[in-house]
Amino acid sequence: MNFGFTEEQELLRDQVRRFMREACTMQKVRVLAKEQHGFDAELWKQVADLGWLGLITPEQYGGSGLKWIDLTVVLEETGRGLSPLPIASQILSTAAILKTGSASHKSDWLPAMADGSAICSLALYDDPNWIHPDAIQLEGIEADGQVVLNGAKPFVADAMCADYFLLACKVGDATHLAALHKDQVKITPQVPMDLTKPMGRVVLDNVTVDAEFVLPLARADLAFLTDCGAVAVTAEMVGAAEQTLAITSDYAKERRQFGKPIGQYQGVKHRLADIYVDVESFKSLLYYAAWTVDDAPDELPRAVSLAKGYASDAFARIGIDGVGLHGAIGFTAEYDIQLYLKRSKWARPMFGDSDYHLDRVATLGGL
Amino acid sequence: MDFEYTPEEESFRAEVRDFIEENLPAKDQRGPNFLATWLEKVRAKGWVGFSWPKEYGGSDGGLIEQTILREEMALAKAPPLGASFMGLAWVGPGIMQYGTDAQKKRFIPDILDSKVTWCTGYSEPNHGSDLASIQCKAERDGDYYVINGQKTWTTGAPWSQWIILLTRTQFDVAVKHDGITCLLVPMDAAGIEVRSIENMAGDRHFAEVFFTDVRVPVENRLGAEGEGWKVTVSALANERSSIGEVTQMFEKLDTLKALVNSSTKQGKPANQDPAVRRRIAVFETKIAAMKYNGLRYLTKQIKGEPLTSETSVNKLHRASLEIEMDDFAVELTGQSGLLLKGSETTVDGGSWAKSSLNWPNVVIGGGTPNIQRNIIAERILGQPKD
Repeated sequence: MNFGFTEEQELLRDQVRRFMREACTMQKVRVLAKEQHGFDAELWKQVADLGWLGLITPEQYGGSGLKWIDLTVVLEETGRGLSPLPIASQILSTAAILKTGSASHKSDWLPAMADGSAICSLALYDDPNWIHPDAIQLEGIEADGQVVLNGAKPFVADAMCADYFLLACKVGDATHLAALHKDQVKITPQVPMDLTKPMGRVVLDNVTVDAEFVLPLARADLAFLTDCGAVAVTAEMVGAAEQTLAITSDYAKERRQFGKPIGQYQGVKHRLADIYVDVESFKSLLYYAAWTVDDAPDELPRAVSLAKGYASDAFARIGIDGVGLHGAIGFTAEYDIQLYLKRSKWARPMFGDSDYHLDRVATLGGL
Repeated sequence: MDFEYTPEEESFRAEVRDFIEENLPAKDQRGPNFLATWLEKVRAKGWVGFSWPKEYGGSDGGLIEQTILREEMALAKAPPLGASFMGLAWVGPGIMQYGTDAQKKRFIPDILDSKVTWCTGYSEPNHGSDLASIQCKAERDGDYYVINGQKTWTTGAPWSQWIILLTRTQFDVAVKHDGITCLLVPMDAAGIEVRSIENMAGDRHFAEVFFTDVRVPVENRLGAEGEGWKVTVSALANERSSIGEVTQMFEKLDTLKALVNSSTKQGKPANQDPAVRRRIAVFETKIAAMKYNGLRYLTKQIKGEPLTSETSVNKLHRASLEIEMDDFAVELTGQSGLLLKGSETTVDGGSWAKSSLNWPNVVIGGGTPNIQRNIIAERILGQPKD
């Protein structure tokens, strides 16, 4: 029984924190988000060299063969600093290929993803608010060993910096993942409120691909990848929510009104305490969920729904209260706290909102 | 990170299960001597004061074994391990830490043998959350202290034989935490009057306790004169793992789900109502959060780091769950949920209605939710004190 991190994992955490503090500062994040669709080749190279992109990639494909719990450490810390780099996209694409790819897909693609030379983004659902195989609306028609794709993926994470895409589509009744190069599709940037999470619309106009690049996506694999996505998002939420609390808590100690620091008033300090309770709690649930991905996959659906169900509501409220407790200054573009509010809104629907996850908790719990 | 138990730990779990199987008959098959026999047997096993040092009659039980013991006992809905909850939770640990050899010899065995029940004289009519302001007076008179004053909300006072009492021995102090002295007082001492208080659920668990010229020998003082606050704080800091509680809450959630699955709302199955499903799921996320928070804190303890204020996190969850789960059951079952006593329309014998009136036992007793929030905000987040 040990529900804690190893020394190696703590070293990894320190390493990510140092990277965020020194290289991916908030000033840098703002520039990347505003001017470069969240991407920077030099930072990406550093991330790749540090080995984070291949954390869960098996060693035979150039990765370090670690687990989702290790990955959680990275995403928690990059989330803390609102990193816009497409690390989660890369990892989810890796998980998708590991789950659905053939041996040659894996040996052809995974090494270039682990070393960062190929950036890949995974897009599953097209309905904005539905976690279900029928929410995949891009269609492909198969003929003579080829698949012709027509339609659009409206919500593709990191679409503007990706070299490759794994796009969920329907061919007949079955779901698949179409592996495409960026030159095969048309990409239009979306304008999300959280620019640190770039998102694009990918249009496919009579795109013809060999059937070998259209990977069958079994329903169980779709569900697994969705759950992995929820683990990744919740890990980023933990770091971001802790930072929201840290910024707000510091402000409450400094800001004085009626002759006292506002943190001395229970209306302020009790809300901060409640935020602490919530973050501690969905953090514990997240760690358990991340552990189940590799060590108890049967328990993953319930575990991740407990975590994301809790975090989706709690972080959204934390984002609002972070700004609210600052007063007018929190409303300014200059103050970082507003960026966290935007991140909390981004995180809420990703891979299932609280309605979806809590309903699943009810079902899995016997209702 | 792993959730595996070692073979030794698993065999301890098996031992606990076997014991329960052998010694815990079904509720309707328990004779009049059942509880006494149970207490004797768990004592013989070394499971009363399991974590206490062997030199005081405990078993030096490790943290994980303690967890397993609590978990299995909670799963089996077994009676408590020992008759005196407060004796085991803080009076005993306080005496082990601050008591004289004579006090240890006199008091510890009786707690372990379930011979004596302790209650706790902290709160006063004007001083509850602000405990350090207590006014109950103890004046030195030769080899005695003479106590005058009043305590209240004293849980267990109507049936306890001893009370751990916070008194003020000095009034002209710069800091209110100074001048407090802790005394161990027999409840049958001359000058003590206990008036039980009926609570809103109709029970009489707590009481007012009046002290009029009660004489207590100096040898009954726990710790030095004027250091009672320190004694109290460190005795209460014997934070226990909340795993047993979590197991109980999961059991309660299962009962609640069974109720949902057999209830209707507006003529339709309640388990299909999205609002009902959401409420149940939120309870489950909170209880699961308590479980994994608890395991994180347990891991910290195993690594030798002391637990401090973070245990307030689970106390706050517990408080809201205590209030909300019973209340939800009462609401769900409409007018039937209002019935306290058995009739054909009563739900689960009125137990939900009854416990929906009993939450202050847990929620207020160990420090109100607002005090827990102060603790988190001030000690963990470093906000200025009120």
